[in-house]
Amino acid sequence: MTIALPAAPAQAPRRQILVATAMASASAFMLIIGMVGMWLKFRAGAPTRTSLDGLKIIKDWMPAGITIPEVAANVMLITFPVGALMAQWAAYSAKRDDAPHRSLGLAICFVIGLAIVNAQVAVYSQMDIGLADGQFQTMFYAITGTMLLLVVGAMVFSLVAFFRSVGGRDNDTDVINAHAFYWYFLTTAFSVVWFVVYVQK
Amino acid sequence: MTIIDTHVGASTHALGAGSAFVVSVGHWITSSDHKKIGRLFIGTSLLSTVLAAVLGLLFGLERMSPAHMQIFHGDATPQMFALYQFALVLGVLAPLFVGIAIAVVPTQLGARAVAFPRVAQFGFWAWLFGALMVVISIIGNGGPGGGATDLVDLYLLGVALAAVGLLAGSLCVATSVLTARAPGMTLDRIPVFSWSALVGSIATLLSLPVMIGTVIYVYVDHTYAKLIFGGNKGIDSFLGWSLSQPMTFVFVIMALGVLAEVAPITARTEQPLRPIVLAGLAIISTAVLGAVTQSAHILDWAGTNSDKVKSTLLHSLFNGLPLLGMLIVVLLSLLCLKVGTPRITASFALSLLGALMIIVGVLGNGLYNLKPASLDGTVFSEGTVLYLVYGGLLSALGALSHWAPLLWGRAIDNTKLLGLALIGLLGTILASFPLYIAGFADQPANIVMGFDYGGPIALWNILTGLGHALIVLTVVGFVALLIDAVRNGASVSQEASA
Repeated sequence: MTIALPAAPAQAPRRQILVATAMASASAFMLIIGMVGMWLKFRAGAPTRTSLDGLKIIKDWMPAGITIPEVAANVMLITFPVGALMAQWAAYSAKRDDAPHRSLGLAICFVIGLAIVNAQVAVYSQMDIGLADGQFQTMFYAITGTMLLLVVGAMVFSLVAFFRSVGGRDNDTDVINAHAFYWYFLTTAFSVVWFVVYVQK
Repeated sequence: MTIIDTHVGASTHALGAGSAFVVSVGHWITSSDHKKIGRLFIGTSLLSTVLAAVLGLLFGLERMSPAHMQIFHGDATPQMFALYQFALVLGVLAPLFVGIAIAVVPTQLGARAVAFPRVAQFGFWAWLFGALMVVISIIGNGGPGGGATDLVDLYLLGVALAAVGLLAGSLCVATSVLTARAPGMTLDRIPVFSWSALVGSIATLLSLPVMIGTVIYVYVDHTYAKLIFGGNKGIDSFLGWSLSQPMTFVFVIMALGVLAEVAPITARTEQPLRPIVLAGLAIISTAVLGAVTQSAHILDWAGTNSDKVKSTLLHSLFNGLPLLGMLIVVLLSLLCLKVGTPRITASFALSLLGALMIIVGVLGNGLYNLKPASLDGTVFSEGTVLYLVYGGLLSALGALSHWAPLLWGRAIDNTKLLGLALIGLLGTILASFPLYIAGFADQPANIVMGFDYGGPIALWNILTGLGHALIVLTVVGFVALLIDAVRNGASVSQEASA
């Protein structure tokens, strides 16, 4: 038997999860920017040829016959800010101790994540390209697949925050703010990927 | 007052020796104590140092007589070089300082634990298993240029997993500094080492993901297509930048932090220009620019005046700025000695010698990137890496001796450690400097046979091998001194050492 004084109260951390999420997001943003940089490098290095009428120089990066479904890609671009908006709504509700709307916002974020995954699968399905068909195809799957993993990460985050919310954690503002921050990061990262991969191609 | 009943079965005293050992191992494996996690990182990194140095010794022996001696055959050579580079940079330099930061930073901040200790624990195991995957894949002919396709994939996964582990550790350190400081301890008041840990961790968090992105591309291509990145032969050309300069500059930021922390204590005075030291440490982080652009920028003194100015500016930005930051830290640390009343301590000697070796490495890198020097593709770059890694190792040993009372409750013998510092210095210089000379003589990099040049080939390479042997001796000697201190040394209060 040991007789001891009670332990000192734990020091309250200052927005630890938000700070960690911000840094993890910055790190993940560098991952995406690095991959976009590689994409641009290979795109710039692709061979060029003159068009049949001799008026245009064509870069042989995306093979002829491949069509990027712009509707699905644009819908994804619009869906990301909606997800961020819902995450911010959850953060706003958490600040006002509005538990039902907080939980609803988080649940909608999860569903929006599902919708984005669905749209990405639709893009793959409509493009109908094989991963090993060529340079463009391989790099396309690598970069969009990585983005998809980050979205799945957001869904897991939304789900965990949702269960904490319905479980009655009313002082969970740090987690919910961090969750909103992650959705803002995803929106920014996808905007870059959308412009470089889906628009510039 | 609280009464704590200790269950008899939980006490290791009540168990047999074997069971006590199992319980102890279990505690170490599952512990979320930041000091234990830090010590796991440190111990494994020191083991990795021995592996890297033994490989360096073998390369030195083989290159001593490139026409006759053959230790590694065929495809094994490039793979062993890949293992050597991985072990030096991601096996020694990066995890050693992450481990020291995880162990020391929370205590400097007045925090009870590192932020997210389970993430830090995950970081260690991810890094360790990643490193083991790299070793296993290379043993099975799966490294860069290896023939076993599945094991090449394992190699790539291992590199990525090790990087993820280091990122997790860095995330915990940076979050601790930003959120877990004692009340009233503003960022400009934190200890210098904690500042360097913050700067180094953020720099790692911003640069290593770029490497992971490259690994993803290479992995997807290698596994499914083999169209873009040159299959197994091309891996090194796409990932090599992450195991050389300027990426290594990012990992030595904390080494300079150790010197800046130890110098005022040695001189028994306050650092008179502390804000400038903090700025100097921050300036080193400009190395991130070179790391994320995967470029060191060659100074090419050709073309128009505009081309020359552009080339000089970029070279200065990518090579000169980190050097400037290091010089600021070293010079201001020496200024402390002038202001105060210094005494010779092993921790100061080790950290100063380590920082000086790092500066020689950075200067060498600046020289390597001068086009007129024609050093590209020579062993000069290996010499630079060795200066940085072994310099970092000396600084880390200095940090460990400085904080030994905090980590182990014992002080290491100062006199014996000073002797070891000299052996370490000699080992670093011998392992690296002959490669600088051999680089000027055009000895090719990453090749152990089939080269010749007009010069004492055997001398340069045997000296290098000897240097690696001395580094092994230094590490083994340090561990022996530490064990001796833990077993027989007098207990030192943690407050006295902090």
